[in-house]
Amino acid sequence: MEFSMGNIQFYWDKDTTCDFYQRVADSSVDHVYLGESVCSKRRELRLEDWLEVGRELTKKGKSVVLSSLALLEAKSELATLKKVCLNGELKVEANDFGAVEILSEAKIPFIAGAALNIYNQHDLKVLLDRGMQRWVIPVELSKDWLMNVLTGCEELGIREQIETEVYGYGYLPLAYSARCFTARSEDRPKDQCGLCCIKYPEGRKIDSQEGLELFLMNGIQTMSGSIQNLINDLPSMAGLVDIVRMSPHSLEVFDWLDKFQQALLDNTRIPLQGYCNGYWHKIEGMKSI
Amino acid sequence: MELLSPAGSLPALKAAVDEGADAIYLGLKDDTNARHFAGLNFTDKTMAQGVNYAHDRNRRVHVAVNTFAHPDRSQAWFDAVKKTHDMGADVLIASNIAVLEYAATHYPELELHLSVQAAATNVAAINFFKQFGISRVVLPRVLSYQQVANLAQDTDIELEVFAFGSLCIMAEGRCYLSSYMTGESPNTVGACSPAKFVRWQETDQGLESRLNDVLIDRFAEGENAGYPTLCKGRFNVEGEVTHALEEPTSLNTLSLLPQLNNIGISALKIEGRQRSPAYTRQVTKTWRKAIDAMKSHPDSFQVQKEWDQCLSALSEGSQTTLGAYERTWQ
Repeated sequence: MEFSMGNIQFYWDKDTTCDFYQRVADSSVDHVYLGESVCSKRRELRLEDWLEVGRELTKKGKSVVLSSLALLEAKSELATLKKVCLNGELKVEANDFGAVEILSEAKIPFIAGAALNIYNQHDLKVLLDRGMQRWVIPVELSKDWLMNVLTGCEELGIREQIETEVYGYGYLPLAYSARCFTARSEDRPKDQCGLCCIKYPEGRKIDSQEGLELFLMNGIQTMSGSIQNLINDLPSMAGLVDIVRMSPHSLEVFDWLDKFQQALLDNTRIPLQGYCNGYWHKIEGMKSI
Repeated sequence: MELLSPAGSLPALKAAVDEGADAIYLGLKDDTNARHFAGLNFTDKTMAQGVNYAHDRNRRVHVAVNTFAHPDRSQAWFDAVKKTHDMGADVLIASNIAVLEYAATHYPELELHLSVQAAATNVAAINFFKQFGISRVVLPRVLSYQQVANLAQDTDIELEVFAFGSLCIMAEGRCYLSSYMTGESPNTVGACSPAKFVRWQETDQGLESRLNDVLIDRFAEGENAGYPTLCKGRFNVEGEVTHALEEPTSLNTLSLLPQLNNIGISALKIEGRQRSPAYTRQVTKTWRKAIDAMKSHPDSFQVQKEWDQCLSALSEGSQTTLGAYERTWQ
C-alpha cells in the first residue's frame, strides 16, 4: 500500500505553500497531488509555479499529479482547465468530466478524482477506455461498496487494470456551490470577495446550535466538520486499496503520515477521539466506529 | 420553449397535462430516481395510464432514471431503462455513465437527456456526454444567467434550465451533505435529508427540527418552520447563528423568462415531484400563462402580480430568489 499527499484544498499563501512542499519533498509519501481544485480566483501560485514545485518533487522521486478544478462555470475557467490538462509535464487528476473530455481527446492518461461520479464497474470500464489510470473513490462510498465495484470489475475482466485510491486522512470535500460561503460569512459579494478565504487556512467552522461540529466552509466548497481518519481501518483495505490519501489542513498531516505508515507495519490500533470514519463503514459519514 | 412539469403521481400528471404542460417528468417507484420518497412515483400500471393520458393529448413523458447504479445490482437501473422504453415514454433522463451507456447501446432510438445530477456545467463536460447520444442537457443550478447564455452559444445540444421550485444550492449530483449526516444521499438512495430521519420537537426554546438527531433549526413562536433540508438550517459560525449556507427559499425565474427565450433555452423545468397534485396544477397553470404571454408579446412582457403571488405562496418559506442566475446571490 502506498501513500499520497492530496492537493491543498484551502487557500494558503505562497510562502506557506512552498514551505509545505519542502516538507513533502523530504517526507516518505509516494505520490503528491498539487494545484487548485476549489476556486479559480486563488492564484497565489500560477500554473508555472505549480509545475516548478512539481519538478522539484519529481527530482526527489515523487510521483506528481496536477489536480484540476472541480466546478467549472466561467469560460475563463475552462480555458485554464485546458492549460492544466495540456501542461505537457505532469499527470492530471480530472475532477470534472470536462477535464476527462479534454484529456481523453488529447490521448493523455489521467487520474479520475473523487469529485467525479463513479459508482460502479461499468463507469470504470468506460473511463478505462478513455485513458483512466487510477480512480479516487467518491468520499461517500463504503468498503462494501468498493468491494462490490471491484468484484464487478473482475466479472468484466478489468480488475487488473484498476488502481484505487481512498481518502484516508483529512477533511472531506462534500459539496460545491456557485455561492462562496466564506465571502458570504463576511458579508462580501463573491465578485468582491477580496480572497478572504486566505484568512481561514483551515476553513471556517459551521456548528449546530448545540455545538456539534457539522461542516467546514472553504470558499465555494463545503467540507466535513470532522477529520476523517481511517488509520484503524488500514487492515480492512488490504486487497482493495492501492493508495491511501492524506489530505492536508495543517502540518499535522506529516505526523499522521508517520502514524499511518507505522500502523501498517505493526498493526496497532490507535485510540481516536473527535475523528470520523462512518462512510467506510457504510453509516453516516460523520460518525465513528 | 417547452414547459416541463413534475409528477409524483398519476393525479399530478393529469393536472399538469390539463393545465398545459408540454411534457411531464416522472420516476419509477424505486431508488433509480432522485425523488425516491414513500408514497410517491409510478407503478407499471400508473405509468401506462399516465403515458396514455399524455400521449392522447399530444404531450410527452420524460422518465428520470437519474441516480447512480449500485455495483451489486446495476441490473435494476438497466431494467428501469428497458421499462422506460417498453412503456412508450418519450425521453429518458439519466446521469450515470453506466445508465447512459446502457441506453445508448440497447435503445439508440430512445431520446436521451442528461440529468442535472450529472453536473455538466461547461461545454467540455457536455461534449464528454455526447458520446452517449444525448440531445439535451439539464443545467445545474450553479450557473449565472450570463454563463447559461454563453453555454447556449457554445453548444449545439439543447439546454433545459430550472425555472421554479426548491432551490438546490450545491452543484447537483456532487453533494454528500445528506449522507454525511444520515448515511443516505441523492446519489445513492435518491433522497436528500430523507423524511425518516426528521424529528420535530416542542421545547422551552422553541420548535426544534432535527435530522438524524442533529439540530437543524429552532423556531420562535410565529416563525415559519420549514422542512429541515440540512443546507437550509440555522447554524453557528464562530458565535453568529445564521443560515450559513442558504435560507429556506425557492427559485423563481419568471422575471428572466424573455431572456431565457432569447438565448434559445429549449425547456423550462419546474421542480417538485415530491409536491402535491395541487402544487403541480397551480405552478403549471401560472407558468403556462406566463410563457404564452411572453410568446404573444415578447417585447412588452411583464410579470403579473398574481403570478408572483401564486408562486410565492407555493414556495419554501414563502420566499423566492433568482438563485445563481443572479451574481449577487452567489
